[in-house]
Amino acid sequence: MDFHFTPQEEAFRQEVRSFLAEHLPPADDREPETLARWNRALAEKRWIGFSWPREEGGGGGTLIQQFILKEEMSKADAPPLGSDFMGLQWVGPALIRHGKEDQKRRFLPDILASRTLWCTGYSEPAVGSDLASLQTRAERDGEEYVLNGSKIWTSAAHHAKWIFLLCRTSPEKESRYHGITCLLVSMQSPGIEVQPILTLTGNHTFNQTFFNDVRVPVNNRLGQEGEGWKVVMGALANERSGISESTEMERELEALKQLARRSRSGGRPALEDPSVRSEIARFETWISAMRLNGMRYLTNQLRGGHPSSETSVNKLMRGRIEIPMMELATRLLGNGAQEGGSWQERALTFHGTVIGGGTPNIQRNIIAQRILGLPKD
Amino acid sequence: MNFGMTEEQDLLRSEVRKFLDEQSPMEEVRGAADTPEGFSRALWKQLSELGWVGLVTPEEYGGAGLGWDDLVVLLEETGRTLFPSPLLSCVMAGAAILDAGSEEQRRAWLPALADGSCIGTVAVLEEGDSLLPRDLRLRGEPDGDAVVLHGEKHFVAEAGEADLFVVAFRSGDADEALSLAVVEAHAEGVRSETGRSLDPTKRSGTLHLDGVRVGPDAILGSLGEAGPALALLLDRGAIATSAEMLGAAEGLHAMTVQYAKDRTQFGSPIGRYQGVKHPLAEGYVDLECMKSLLYYAAWALEASPEEVPLAASQAKAFASEAFSQMGITGIQLHGAIGYTQDSDVHLYLRRSKWARPAFGDEAYHYDRVATLGGI
Repeated sequence: MDFHFTPQEEAFRQEVRSFLAEHLPPADDREPETLARWNRALAEKRWIGFSWPREEGGGGGTLIQQFILKEEMSKADAPPLGSDFMGLQWVGPALIRHGKEDQKRRFLPDILASRTLWCTGYSEPAVGSDLASLQTRAERDGEEYVLNGSKIWTSAAHHAKWIFLLCRTSPEKESRYHGITCLLVSMQSPGIEVQPILTLTGNHTFNQTFFNDVRVPVNNRLGQEGEGWKVVMGALANERSGISESTEMERELEALKQLARRSRSGGRPALEDPSVRSEIARFETWISAMRLNGMRYLTNQLRGGHPSSETSVNKLMRGRIEIPMMELATRLLGNGAQEGGSWQERALTFHGTVIGGGTPNIQRNIIAQRILGLPKD
Repeated sequence: MNFGMTEEQDLLRSEVRKFLDEQSPMEEVRGAADTPEGFSRALWKQLSELGWVGLVTPEEYGGAGLGWDDLVVLLEETGRTLFPSPLLSCVMAGAAILDAGSEEQRRAWLPALADGSCIGTVAVLEEGDSLLPRDLRLRGEPDGDAVVLHGEKHFVAEAGEADLFVVAFRSGDADEALSLAVVEAHAEGVRSETGRSLDPTKRSGTLHLDGVRVGPDAILGSLGEAGPALALLLDRGAIATSAEMLGAAEGLHAMTVQYAKDRTQFGSPIGRYQGVKHPLAEGYVDLECMKSLLYYAAWALEASPEEVPLAASQAKAFASEAFSQMGITGIQLHGAIGYTQDSDVHLYLRRSKWARPAFGDEAYHYDRVATLGGI
């Protein structure tokens, strides 16, 4: 065990810090022009798509460099690296692995340059955790597919130029994972309708997106017909330790301590309430555990292992920590919490964070079945 | 950056595991726990000969000279099988003498502790069961260049079997005016007895000190100045105990997962039902966190001393809460068979109850985490 970094790694950290000193916009300025400037500066460093191979326009960053970059950005509460979150997270890596040359040339540069915005279509009204039972269908008609059905929880579909979606091209046979195909569909296509769904916070991030006889060129299929499941499940060797999430939570914890310092609980200063002290200490301990878990997983990846089901561990930890943390914050605010405000906003938002990417029960299934070897239910 | 075990550590783990699986299966554990001493002298001798009792004793004092990041691997394995032995106590006594003792004192006691011929332990707690310095009331009354001890130490591990006690006592009114000294069991005025223990694989008892005279050759460091050494010793205790807890929790979890695969009800292994598999998944998350916090604390002991107090408290607080919960869950997932003497589950439940308060429970350690974290 050794928690030190090599001189080269330290030099990279310094490079990131100098970049932040020069380019980090003020915390209260997230205007579109500001973010565009930020993204241009990042793109020049190839820090957008940093994990992608250099020949695909990415940064070719090593796992350790990715970790350092994410950690420093998170510590500084910097804006995201690139504006096309779904494009960078899902679409780009899938294109790099499964895309044809012309597909890569068409889509990757725009994702990296923040010129496009992707949304993803997985869930459907009747299909959530059990993704393989999806019903949206595409029928082949010459050089086109004709797409019918609807996708739900399509974040940013009302702004997106493209959607990366899974649909069924042949009926469910013995294996439910066959017959699913991945298509790249322009959101400008005739027959697409986007209806907003407000989240419980009142924000419009989600939508339901309808497809009525939407014609999609066969050339917009990613991977082979019927093999879409593989396209979505495979990912690049991204740094997926969850360490930067723990850095984010360390910042939340610091803010919670500040709140506790100026709050009262049960008629006395909150910090004199042993239950408040022990709760905060528990959060601090859990966040440490999460960061250290991430470092063990990263070490495993550095030694050639593949990140897989262990990411569910930190996802569950995040759920254990975030909601109770916000519960304590709203309790400390007392009746003041009725008035709304940033804590209240976050207290509500975290309920979504915990569900996104698979509910806690799904994460528990993954651990029980894939790691502990218990039978599928 | 590297947060993984070395090949040597993996090898140590597999050797210890093989030894314990072969030599100390659960029938042997139960048998040893039933003897008056509570452990097998024959196995203890083998353990010493393998170099594991003196694993962290420097080579010049007859040990293997390894670090605490290696020791936790050994303790994790002894915890996994609930191996009854005075290993943890001997390690603690040796660490106190190494940390606080003079060259002469180290040469006098460490070789015998390392080769297993002398059983050592530490005696800190008193009737009030508090680890806070201000609550240590036993006072060393000066008598020339010696001190005289009158009083009792409680919850002393291996009290009945120990040949040597490292005793903490007070040498002034300030909270931290504490001292450490070696008291041998055969000295005049020393008496000790084993008490009842909820966990048959662990022994502890009371040390009675009736006018025991401690000469300057047995006082570790200077009188009244052992506060920092005692604090470090308690952190070592928290870390060592967390290592045994992690191992025991892993043993219990593995046993319960196996049961969930084997036991069939309603036409299916019970591990197929989410009411069973989800608590087991949560247990896995707990084990992962226990490991990370523990290994980091052990690393800090070797490489980053200023981080030890926080890391030790986080590891022990988490382990105390998580292992206790796993003890409860373990019984419930086994159902009625878990509530019998025949099943080994209750031995793990008992161990969780022994280990939770040892070197501080979660209330103590979370409060310390809060203080160290600036609140």
